[in-house]
Amino acid sequence: MMRITVTVNGQVYERDVPGHRTLLHFLRQDLGLTGSKEGCGAGECGACTVLLDGHSVNACLVLAPEVDGRCVETVEGQAKDGKLSTIQDAFNRNHAVQCGFCTSGMVMSVQDLLVRTPKPSDDDIKEAIEGNFCRCTGYLQIIEAVRDASGRTEGKGGLKHA
Amino acid sequence: MTDFVNNRAGGAQVGRNVTKIDAFKLARGEPVYTDDVHPAGMLWAKVLGSPHAHARILDVDASRALALPGVVDVAWHRQVKPILHTRAGQSHPEPSPYDTVIMPDKARHMGDRVAIVVAETLAIAEQALGLIDVKYEVLPALTDMDEALARTDVLVHEVADPRGIAEGGRSNVAARIDKQVGDVSAALKTCDHVVERTYWLPRVQASHIEPHVAISWLDEDGRLVVRTSTQVPFHLRRILARILELKEADIRVVKPRVGGGFGDKQEMVMEDIVALMTLRTKRPVRLEFTRTEELTSARCRHPQRIVMTTGVMNDGTIIANRMNVTADTGAYGSHALTVQGNTGQKVLPMYPCANIHFQVTCLYTNNPISGAFRGYGAPQGCFALESHIDEVAKVLGMDRLELRKKNHIRLGDTDPLSAKLGEGREGLSRVIRSTGLETAIEMGCDAIGWTRKRPPSAPHLRRGLGMALAMQGSGIAGVDWGAATVKLNEDGSVNLAVGATDIGQGSDTVLAQMCAQELGISYEKVRVLSSDTDLTPFDVGAYASSTTYVSGGAVVKAAQQMRDQLAGVFAEKWACPAGDVVFGDDNVSCGPDKAMTMAELATHALYAAKMQPAATASHMSNESPPPFAAQFADVEVDPETGEVFLRRFVSAVDCGTPIHPGMAEGQIEGAVSQAIGYALFEEVIVDRAGKVKNPNFLDYKIASALDMPEMVTILVPTMEPSGPYGVKAAGEVPIDGPAPAIVNAICDAVGARLCRIPATPERVWRQIKEAGE
Repeated sequence: MMRITVTVNGQVYERDVPGHRTLLHFLRQDLGLTGSKEGCGAGECGACTVLLDGHSVNACLVLAPEVDGRCVETVEGQAKDGKLSTIQDAFNRNHAVQCGFCTSGMVMSVQDLLVRTPKPSDDDIKEAIEGNFCRCTGYLQIIEAVRDASGRTEGKGGLKHA
Repeated sequence: MTDFVNNRAGGAQVGRNVTKIDAFKLARGEPVYTDDVHPAGMLWAKVLGSPHAHARILDVDASRALALPGVVDVAWHRQVKPILHTRAGQSHPEPSPYDTVIMPDKARHMGDRVAIVVAETLAIAEQALGLIDVKYEVLPALTDMDEALARTDVLVHEVADPRGIAEGGRSNVAARIDKQVGDVSAALKTCDHVVERTYWLPRVQASHIEPHVAISWLDEDGRLVVRTSTQVPFHLRRILARILELKEADIRVVKPRVGGGFGDKQEMVMEDIVALMTLRTKRPVRLEFTRTEELTSARCRHPQRIVMTTGVMNDGTIIANRMNVTADTGAYGSHALTVQGNTGQKVLPMYPCANIHFQVTCLYTNNPISGAFRGYGAPQGCFALESHIDEVAKVLGMDRLELRKKNHIRLGDTDPLSAKLGEGREGLSRVIRSTGLETAIEMGCDAIGWTRKRPPSAPHLRRGLGMALAMQGSGIAGVDWGAATVKLNEDGSVNLAVGATDIGQGSDTVLAQMCAQELGISYEKVRVLSSDTDLTPFDVGAYASSTTYVSGGAVVKAAQQMRDQLAGVFAEKWACPAGDVVFGDDNVSCGPDKAMTMAELATHALYAAKMQPAATASHMSNESPPPFAAQFADVEVDPETGEVFLRRFVSAVDCGTPIHPGMAEGQIEGAVSQAIGYALFEEVIVDRAGKVKNPNFLDYKIASALDMPEMVTILVPTMEPSGPYGVKAAGEVPIDGPAPAIVNAICDAVGARLCRIPATPERVWRQIKEAGE
């Protein structure tokens, strides 16, 4: 067991964890933050994407002891005072949520993108979410949601359903 | 026959892109899926899978595993009563063979159940798997369909009297179909041309991002509760009751939010395991598949070989069509008869002619288990037929679009196969009462630029266009049904309880829209409870593109009945004729001076009239009106490498009148993305020993955002008289056409016909070389 101190969504947690515990299992089982999902456990599907010190990572590929002293942001920290974030709201308005299982990870990847690139091109968007598999939507409505969240509604392929 | 043409449609609740009813909680990452909430004292289960594709399980010694601290129980075949059943998750009476027991005494594929461990933690359960000693008698593995057909000395299923296996105990044939209209052999002799080709379809996997997961426990009354990611809660309760020898009354199946199903969660993949272990240990038990287990031990789309033989006249009139299917159901016969039935039934009627012959031989092998996957046999058949139509056109020297236009099914036509072939037995005759196919073809051609093919984007590339037509069904005629209960509260809100199963496709949302429409209230006033066998009425579940069309009919009927009750209450209070009472905009009125809000009327009903406005209604359709799709691909091919670049994809789909156009488009685009994988890169590769070589998302690649082309989705609304508000199905039909459209485009680009998908660069390259020689 190792004692770690980690800030998750602004709240500080101190916990004892076994050395092989992944960040994903730490979040889901030790902290009860189940918004991050496990779709493969091998860094292939992106459903567990969280931000670690502001950079998107697959939480299933990070060990809990590695985040000692660091900041983690998860989907649970996105909505503030019961109000959805701009990205979450754009996902809903553009029908980008079907089964919703990829949504948490998608939202975090998009958060990472928009912080760095507030006005992304479609290629930027596709590259940013390339590591997040969605089997339901075919991605188009997700891409439209990201355009919407970034304030882009112009031109070809603009919002169809707002 | 129920027709819904007199619905009070036209209001603002259907046909509108409302916010999906569960979007808020899903976007926030709320704990709403099966694995997000663990009951206290829960045990973790793991399955010991067979390392052999075919082996008798002679003995299991679990003593070392049981000695490991934290291991609570190990179960294997000698401890579990062998009651034959099918895990297919279909309506009673089930059309799939009873060839399965909870714990088999013979492993029939690599990963088949050998033993179940439950332990205090997942790590302990995983460790315990390595401490179970098993004695196997290894048997020859049949992993090739033709070998399985030829051999009778090695049988995957040896049971003497298995219910429903076509040639049980005598051969490896799980199901056979031989249905003919007219006389194909005789007709072929009269044709100007006979074109015969063989097509091969791969094994692919649904790959919902949420794996199969189930948790069970005993409630305070000792009843078994199973919370699971399923498409069929009611079928599951029925099957569990039988094989665990419990009463249905003592089982409750609860479906929370589901992270995608696509047919793979119609199957009872693991609920019997958690239930069994809960009954043995009296403790909550949880089991979830890893991604590797999904790809080795869940279900796949049936691999098939299809021989198409078509007789045609010089003017392009199709005289005779034969489809001969050989299919691999793998270790068990889940959906063996019905998926293969669909391969012809949902596909051949596209080109009605006097002579149609449809033959199926579906074989048991020691490969991974096949089963239901979106499209349910039709993607295989559609690939063969729509590739073949291009080949026939080539032989005739006729334009492939014109050949399709000359022969495709039209309004008022009778589906020639429908009466001969239903859900595994004789079906109901189907007449086309709505079709937007002509419009879809026209709009799709326009959107892809059919008559003005664009030049390649670089000199070393070749460009091509391809198309395919597809049709499916809306539920299973005369079989699928569902029920709905509506109940009014004093604030004018409505509880809608449905057995229908929202697995992410959004059925809770569209059913709420329909309910609101009928009651003249806003969509936001409807609270939906779905798929809890204790609390909601029956429904067959989410499969066969049935929910909006079939369960929607039940919602409309129930809402209409409650509206009639309310009209009566209103009429009595205001002394006016009930027939003149009008509902709309959350108000109820009769003429200009008699009006109250729905909330006021509800309060009056509950506290003055002292009656609960509520109704339950059931709905089944004896029809299964086909939705239609015309799909088009624009590709570029690099002939040096065989790489295919899908530039643009157009789907023009007639799914009747959409209730929620935005979600209908989402269904289409999602289906297309899965089908792009089918066309270009998805294949579960199994070696001769029966081992899956690519059981992870790195090696079994599904489409990412970067794989998607520019996508155009066109809804072509029609008014289907048998569907509520004119609706038909949307979920499956768009998955059928992309693979043939893309491969037809590749052929157009490079002049080489691929009869086998996925069209990997190597296959395309080889085909180009072969065609050039």
